[in-house]
Amino acid sequence: MTAQDVVRPDQAVEPVLDVQDLVVEFPVGRTEKVHAVSGLDLHLMPGETLGILGESGCGKSTAGRAMMQLPSPTAGSVRFDGHELTGLPPRTLRRRRARMQMIMQDPISSLNPRRKVKDLVAEGLSIWGFDSSLHGGKDKDTVVRELLEAVGLEPDVVWDRRPHELSGGQCQRVCIARALMMRPRVMICDEPVSSLDVSVQAQILNLLEETKERFDLSMVFIAHDVSVVKNISDRVMVLYLGKACEVVPSDGMHVTSVHPYTRMLLASIPGERTEADPEESTVLDTSVRATELPSPLNPPSGCRFRTRCPLATELCAQEEPRLREIAPGHLVACHHVAQGVQA
Amino acid sequence: MTTPSPVLTEKRSARARGDLLLEVDDLRTVFHTQRGDVAAVDGVSLRLHAGETLGIVGESGSGKSVLGRTVMGLVASGPTTTVTGSVRLDGQDVHALSPRQRRHLWGPKVAMVFQDPMTSLNPVKKIGAHLTEPLRLHQGMDRKAAREQAADLLRQVGIPEPERRLGQYPHELSGGMRQRVVIAMALSCNPELLIADEPTTALDVTVQKQILDLLARLSAERHMAVILVSHDLGAVVGRTDRVAVMYAGRVAETNRTAEVFAHPLHPYSEALLASIPQLDAPPHTWLRAIEGRPPNMAAPPPGCRFAPRCPRAQDVCRTELPELRDPRPAPDGSAHLAACHFPLLTEEDR
Repeated sequence: MTAQDVVRPDQAVEPVLDVQDLVVEFPVGRTEKVHAVSGLDLHLMPGETLGILGESGCGKSTAGRAMMQLPSPTAGSVRFDGHELTGLPPRTLRRRRARMQMIMQDPISSLNPRRKVKDLVAEGLSIWGFDSSLHGGKDKDTVVRELLEAVGLEPDVVWDRRPHELSGGQCQRVCIARALMMRPRVMICDEPVSSLDVSVQAQILNLLEETKERFDLSMVFIAHDVSVVKNISDRVMVLYLGKACEVVPSDGMHVTSVHPYTRMLLASIPGERTEADPEESTVLDTSVRATELPSPLNPPSGCRFRTRCPLATELCAQEEPRLREIAPGHLVACHHVAQGVQA
Repeated sequence: MTTPSPVLTEKRSARARGDLLLEVDDLRTVFHTQRGDVAAVDGVSLRLHAGETLGIVGESGSGKSVLGRTVMGLVASGPTTTVTGSVRLDGQDVHALSPRQRRHLWGPKVAMVFQDPMTSLNPVKKIGAHLTEPLRLHQGMDRKAAREQAADLLRQVGIPEPERRLGQYPHELSGGMRQRVVIAMALSCNPELLIADEPTTALDVTVQKQILDLLARLSAERHMAVILVSHDLGAVVGRTDRVAVMYAGRVAETNRTAEVFAHPLHPYSEALLASIPQLDAPPHTWLRAIEGRPPNMAAPPPGCRFAPRCPRAQDVCRTELPELRDPRPAPDGSAHLAACHFPLLTEEDR
């Protein structure tokens, strides 16, 4: 699969983040290795939010971290703002990467418990040196204050507090302020709301949406919750065992997506309980076996989803389906959806 | 399917639908902490009939898990805890029993499924040992009969090749399988009430629905009452007969599940429903978040606990604790209770 297959929405505008053939493998023992991400192509246009969706173990977090070079991918290229990030010496990498920031899942453990909020938010500035020209001639404290306000925290209240004195939602706001301090162009959010409570989750999602507009960001949003990803993204990439199955515009994706795995994810939303489920009367023997995620140590040949796929045939075991475009901006890697099979 | 054991059939016939199984009256669970007394459950009353399913939803810290554990009798009065009010299970006051008597309740009367299946299983014991222990202890089965019954239980919870699984250790099973084993353990003595505390939170998205549907199926088949505790409103809708929405240790609203979801009366339940992203909404839909955060339970606000975050709050809400009541009693007697001074009523309700 090459990048040429992937048709971009607008050829004239350069993507701000361009990932090609990303491979991440972790050695296990002497001979084996975990194939966490196997040949992932993606691009992120300025101002766009790309959602990455998948269940745990599908490689979505690893892919996000590999883009940040945490750690560097085993193979493949990550171009940020026109510069290659892989294979750079550490000093140059840190400089180039400064305008790409990451938000992690657990906001409390990603903040140093001994530091005060004001220092946590200003840390980027302390590392890179404060340049008031970048911030319109304001002094450092003013910049920190403004950012805290921008993320919905009262600067006077939280200024001298430490992370343990804040709630999870407030800590996530501090993390967002910290990331914004470097005036990033790209923000990679790795499950930023999954450790938060329902009512706080909505606050943070709204905040991310708001800051994206205000600070002119592009975002990669990684999560396992279909509704959350759909709500925040422009396009959604569905990952399964380190490979992309489908890239679909988020608008109407609950109807338009065709890959059997995407359909399965949609069907497993607990709220959408189908009336008179035929599986319910029979004991779930077959579907149980099918829910086991194959080992990423030794992924299935051909299409990686075939062991759980209701449409799988001989062909799926022999040949790996390539991502191809079935509608503008809608790519699918499946042998069977072309034949009009709608799961 | 195998023929049900005689114990099971006998019990099932005794469970005529409609029998009152669980009565919780003005239950208070107070933890004495260094920062003061925390009333995790603060005056909760519930009724549950045989075979009925009740969902308890709320955010973390709302007291929903502590409620489940207090009903079970796992949290009881002691040096650090005071439980007042009563929990009557099939007429027996759970908290008036001695610990020894209470142990006899666990299994045949009430059983529990916890959030994390790995920590509910002993890593150095085989699956078979987990399942046969309650059968031999509570039902006095011999080794062979217990093993057959154990395999049958695994089959009922949808585990393929049950005989082989009995010889495996918990680490050899996936998360979803482990939770099925935990459910099988809970079912082993055929309880009349199953309390499932966040049974799917630790599981993968594709497995969650299966486990929830499994619980719903087992409840229907065995005519077993279920209390499903969850933070996920989606888990409760369509799978429970009634729901209780909890906020800061108290029940904010309760009625038939469909009714609460369609016409919430309490501003908190309404806001909670509105803050969840909807799959069929267009992308970038602004979510109606609830501002602020739940109160500090060591010093809750004097009036309505939700008042500081409530857009409808008025002076009376900040001073007077609202009682659970039905603002528009229905002629058919089904009560839609809400603890709010200014419930969300439509024009026709008034």
